[in-house]
Amino acid sequence: MPAAIRIDGLTKHYTVGFWKPRPYLALDGLTLEVEQGEVFGFLGPNGAGKTTTLKLLMQLIFPTAGRAEILGRPVGDVDVRRRIGYLPEHPYFYDYLTAEELLQYFAGLFGHAPAERRARASRLLDEVGIGAERRLQLRKFSKGMLQRVGIAQALVNDPDVVFFDEPMSGLDPIGRRDIRQLILRLRDRGCTVFFSSHVLSDAEALCSRVAILSGGRLAAEGQLSELLAFSVRGWELVVSDLRDEALEHARRVGVIAGVTPLGQGRFALDLPRDSSPERVLADLTAHGAQLVSLNPLRETLEEYFVRQVAEHPATRGLDQ
Amino acid sequence: MNPSIVLQVAGSVFRESVRDRVLYNLVAFAVLLIAVSFLLGQLTAGQDVKIIKDLGLAAIGTFGLLIAVFIGVGLVWKEVEKRSIYSLLSKPVRRHEFILGKFCGLGLTLVVNVAVMSVAFYLVLGWLAWRETPEVRASWAAPATDPAMLKAVLLITVELLLVTAIALFFSTFSSPFLSVLMTVALWVIGSLSTDLRDLGTVVDAPVAAGLARGLYYILPNFSAFDVKAEVVHGVPVGAGYVALTTVYGAVYLAFVLAAAVAVFARRDFK
Repeated sequence: MPAAIRIDGLTKHYTVGFWKPRPYLALDGLTLEVEQGEVFGFLGPNGAGKTTTLKLLMQLIFPTAGRAEILGRPVGDVDVRRRIGYLPEHPYFYDYLTAEELLQYFAGLFGHAPAERRARASRLLDEVGIGAERRLQLRKFSKGMLQRVGIAQALVNDPDVVFFDEPMSGLDPIGRRDIRQLILRLRDRGCTVFFSSHVLSDAEALCSRVAILSGGRLAAEGQLSELLAFSVRGWELVVSDLRDEALEHARRVGVIAGVTPLGQGRFALDLPRDSSPERVLADLTAHGAQLVSLNPLRETLEEYFVRQVAEHPATRGLDQ
Repeated sequence: MNPSIVLQVAGSVFRESVRDRVLYNLVAFAVLLIAVSFLLGQLTAGQDVKIIKDLGLAAIGTFGLLIAVFIGVGLVWKEVEKRSIYSLLSKPVRRHEFILGKFCGLGLTLVVNVAVMSVAFYLVLGWLAWRETPEVRASWAAPATDPAMLKAVLLITVELLLVTAIALFFSTFSSPFLSVLMTVALWVIGSLSTDLRDLGTVVDAPVAAGLARGLYYILPNFSAFDVKAEVVHGVPVGAGYVALTTVYGAVYLAFVLAAAVAVFARRDFK
């Protein structure tokens, strides 16, 4: 089974400046592989090269070097486009069409008969939560509603791979929840979802793997659990019925970094990374305390992201 | 090339033209024609039919030219500027199908426009003929509803399609303002192309005359499509001339569209 997406040394230079043209490196030798069925998060700060990568994959721009394949075929292949969907960043569509007409038009481009076009348009607009507004011209749509229409049009051909560029942009909390659920439904159907975002909580909630792009270069890539597993920075132990002497005993042996009362007789104890939480727990329970929870304190994706971006500063001029 | 894709893109352009009230110009045309006919009927005795023919054919050409230029230059530019092209080109639409679809869509709008204007034109001329006496009608150089005028209408249509292709070509890489300037400039020069050819007979500068003659052969010869004066005055226009000029227009149009496709095929949408 071919990879859903295979990117090999993809590079894009632009020329900037009118009087003194100079090259600008938007993407620098990106190599990446996404397996079929994955929900893949493509993360990075603004200007990192995420949209450039997606435009290269859609052949809206052409690479200076490198190549990319989708489902084992070159990205320019029109047969590939029959099997993919794409939501551009800040999508905009034809003002004079209604949402229904837009989806029917796009469904027609895949060769569907008129009845099938209508059925698809109706089903997808239901799925993204566009109700009676579907008969309004798109010029009357808010940004969030256009985003929903954008997602619907990306799914009009039941794609095997979808590319979402900032899918949560412009959505309210309910809209974000709906789209998160939609992405999970797509994953359950076996669809590969490749989405770019700078909202890390979305990636944390949805992705099996992520790549972090910074300054046009790949800063990190892997499974979230792998990227964050080795960065346990301590433990949080929550107990009840904690007696003073038990706490004093534990403190004397120097294994508790902090104690936070939580109310209703519960306490959260911070344990350093090199402590043995099992020993502390045994010690406390021997003195009558009851275990409520024990959790590793890991670096969040946000902290990891900030660290990676700081370690990979942008060097965009080709002369650098 | 997938003709179904071209047709669907063309249908979308036509629908946009209709919804953006482009066809409202037909009302303006009808009002203009009827008002002028009524006015001339009060002022002239029997010669108004020639003036109406002149005016009607000129109006068909001018209204069509305005549509071809001002909508043609925005066809591609608007899609790129508003980024609606991003979603469209991620579908199984090849770039040349997009360009051909855009051309066919505006071409269809123009053909419908010209057809409706021509019907209105013939109706007004029929009414003029009906209200005149047989003696007055016999004095006309050509019958009021002379079918030969359709030759002029056909050549106007070919000319408008060529202007559309040129506007579309500029639209693939330039802003609407520059595209309008360049398209109109090309149309004006092309309409005066016989002057370019004959420049050598009025100036004593062989280099300039040679350059003008070169331009005459390279630039589209729009003056060839203008047979309005002939049909209005009942001068015969040969079917061979109409056919040859139509083929000339079609070949030129094909080259311009090929150039538009070539420019658009490698364009980056930043």
